[in-house]
Amino acid sequence: METQTITQETVETAEQMATTPSVEVSGSVALLEALLTEGVDTIFGYPGGAIMPIYDALYDYKEKLNHILVRHEQGGIHAGQGYARTSGKVGVVFATSGPGATNLVTGLADAQIDSTPLVCITGQVFAHLLGTDAFQETDVINITTPVTKWNYQVTDANEIPEAIAKAFYIAKSGRPGPVLIDITKNAQIQKFEYKGYEPCNHIRSYRPKPIVRKEYVAQAAELINSAKKPFVLFGQGVILGSAEQEFKAFIEKSGIPSAWTVLGAGAIPTDHPLNVGMLGMHGNYGPNVLTNECDVLIAIGMRFDDRVTGRLDKYAKQAKVIHLDIDPAEIDKNVKSTVPVWGDCKETLPMLTELIVPNDHSAWLAKFAEYTKAEVEQVIDAELNPTEGEMTMGEVINQLNKLTNGEAIIVTDVGQHQMVACRYAQLNKTRSNVTSGGLGTMGFALPAAIGAKFGAQDRTVVAVIGDGGFQMTLQELGTIMQSGVDVKIMILNNRFLGMVRQWQELFNERRYSFVDIQSPDFVRLASAYGIAGKIVNEREELQGALKEMLDHKGSFLLEVMVTKENNVFPMVPQGCSVSEIRLK
Amino acid sequence: MTIKMSDQQDIKQEFNITVYTENQIGLLNRIAIIFTRRKINIDSLNTSPSEIEKIHRFNIVINESEEVVRKISRQIEKQVEVLKVYYHTNEDVIWQELALYKVPTDVIAEKASVERLLRENGARAVVIRKDYTVFETTGHREETDALIKVLQPYGLIEFVRSARVAIIKDSEGFNSKLREFERLEPGEDVIENEYLNRGQKVFTM
Repeated sequence: METQTITQETVETAEQMATTPSVEVSGSVALLEALLTEGVDTIFGYPGGAIMPIYDALYDYKEKLNHILVRHEQGGIHAGQGYARTSGKVGVVFATSGPGATNLVTGLADAQIDSTPLVCITGQVFAHLLGTDAFQETDVINITTPVTKWNYQVTDANEIPEAIAKAFYIAKSGRPGPVLIDITKNAQIQKFEYKGYEPCNHIRSYRPKPIVRKEYVAQAAELINSAKKPFVLFGQGVILGSAEQEFKAFIEKSGIPSAWTVLGAGAIPTDHPLNVGMLGMHGNYGPNVLTNECDVLIAIGMRFDDRVTGRLDKYAKQAKVIHLDIDPAEIDKNVKSTVPVWGDCKETLPMLTELIVPNDHSAWLAKFAEYTKAEVEQVIDAELNPTEGEMTMGEVINQLNKLTNGEAIIVTDVGQHQMVACRYAQLNKTRSNVTSGGLGTMGFALPAAIGAKFGAQDRTVVAVIGDGGFQMTLQELGTIMQSGVDVKIMILNNRFLGMVRQWQELFNERRYSFVDIQSPDFVRLASAYGIAGKIVNEREELQGALKEMLDHKGSFLLEVMVTKENNVFPMVPQGCSVSEIRLK
Repeated sequence: MTIKMSDQQDIKQEFNITVYTENQIGLLNRIAIIFTRRKINIDSLNTSPSEIEKIHRFNIVINESEEVVRKISRQIEKQVEVLKVYYHTNEDVIWQELALYKVPTDVIAEKASVERLLRENGARAVVIRKDYTVFETTGHREETDALIKVLQPYGLIEFVRSARVAIIKDSEGFNSKLREFERLEPGEDVIENEYLNRGQKVFTM
């Protein structure tokens, strides 16, 4: 019958279709064909009434598109984020209308603020029911407008190929971000003359990257060449722009000490001699203090988040600021730049490298080393190598480093363990650090780790999670069970919502208000899902247990009992300048 | 075409933001939330088709500092369906609002003084019916306000005022720039940069 849904046997590839006469297909089939042409291999999703026609079409695409059934749409979108972050590709998420779509909102906000490329497809009620408060109808477009780079509602199947093409182009080009396409049920079912799928590479009102202005590159080079104490701050822009090599060449020629934002971690190896550490509230001592001593500050693909700058009116006031960013709205948003270098750093960095004279800022670098020494003596040593008392989060990360040699992907949740893991995890490779930076979404790590593994199947993925955050999305253990994905889960259990407790201790006179959290038996919980697990209470057992976790074939949950009331230091208290960083 | 850079960037004043966009459902919301997110009230909003087919023009008036207006303008321009954003102080634009006034015809007919007042206020009759007459005037807020005060004693039945429309004083205008945009492939259009001409305290568009 002509009206039958066309399956992969009957539908030729989109390329062939473009040259052959048009075929009649449903909107749902057109969507799946579009995904295949875009190179999508994995979808994270959850079916429901308004997206059923797409799931029905998916039944015939099971061999080509690996659909991972999650346990909650928030888990689905975080998995999509993890996938995008480790693979560099666009994460794809399916959800139904109403509650399915609203459950995506946290992940959209997270992806928006962390510039993660996603294409989310939501089902919507029939077009004739829009605005009637139909069953599972929500105004998804308006709810998601502030948290998407772009969104669009499709009510006619004819629009699908173009809408999906635009979605992928917008999600991945320029400064990446999440895109949501809301497709009404009638458009999913509707048959139309399908003429093939054409990827999009141009939208007239959209400029993914600004034109590089050579005069600014020259001015920047001049400033760098005359600087006595230059300092580089790098963010995720280096990773998103695949400019790690260009960045390395730039700092190695200029000899400039470089510090990273949480999302920039891993763009160059942790042990690179010019890598002086982490910026911001719980960053390293030297990078924070010396921000207020450098003469030229070179910010690359970072956005001067308030957790990085501390008090803005006391931030790097002595320095001339060079800001390289692909997003014009970021220049001068928080920190006034002396020279703005608008553009993709993959293009601007080589231009800059060519104009700078080789330099060796060894005396200036030595200053960082002095601060590192003080930090090691006063903070790091006790955190990483304690010999008595309860275990610290830092020593767990330190032991993990020894076993993975910095080759693993570290996915973290939000809170104390996140700051500790970011500070101490050794990262040899780019795209090895997956965390919720801008939004600080507790519950991110477990689903993101699932996606991270699908995005980088040949790498070890370790999710480091607190006892609080784990309980926000622990239902995704079911996803691990069913998909058989190999994720190492490490719960650092301090029996507290640690970061809030730390603030209550330091700033609210130890009035511990609702931070004392109880947990289930995590190992038994994992066991109920058929996931192997172990709990570690004693320091002597730690290394063996970590080894067992890493060597285990398949997923493994390791619960490590750590000190209840440890604080993450150094710390730039809120409202203070970066140079007022506290070591205790 | 140039904009005078205000020396005191943090002083609040009225700014006229001009946004050229594609004609797209939902874009008004996307633009509006950039203001509401910062808790900024939009004092006046006009949106209508521009002289170029399929391109719409927004005129938005807010009372803010130039620094905030610049940041907002860049965040608006970042939206996928926005082509270009400009902002100007009141000094840089010629602006008008249109107002309609409905008054009882018998009063107007009887009272010659009303006719004189209308003439003095630059109003003209749009509709004259037995029961009422509709007058129209254009001008700045104070001017349209003034006529309300004048007509109130004569039984003003209804009043309505439009949003502000503004046109820039510079002789070049936006038209040539827009036509150029139509012609150009994206990327060839150079992004303006106020640093370029900082010496002259102007920035080139």
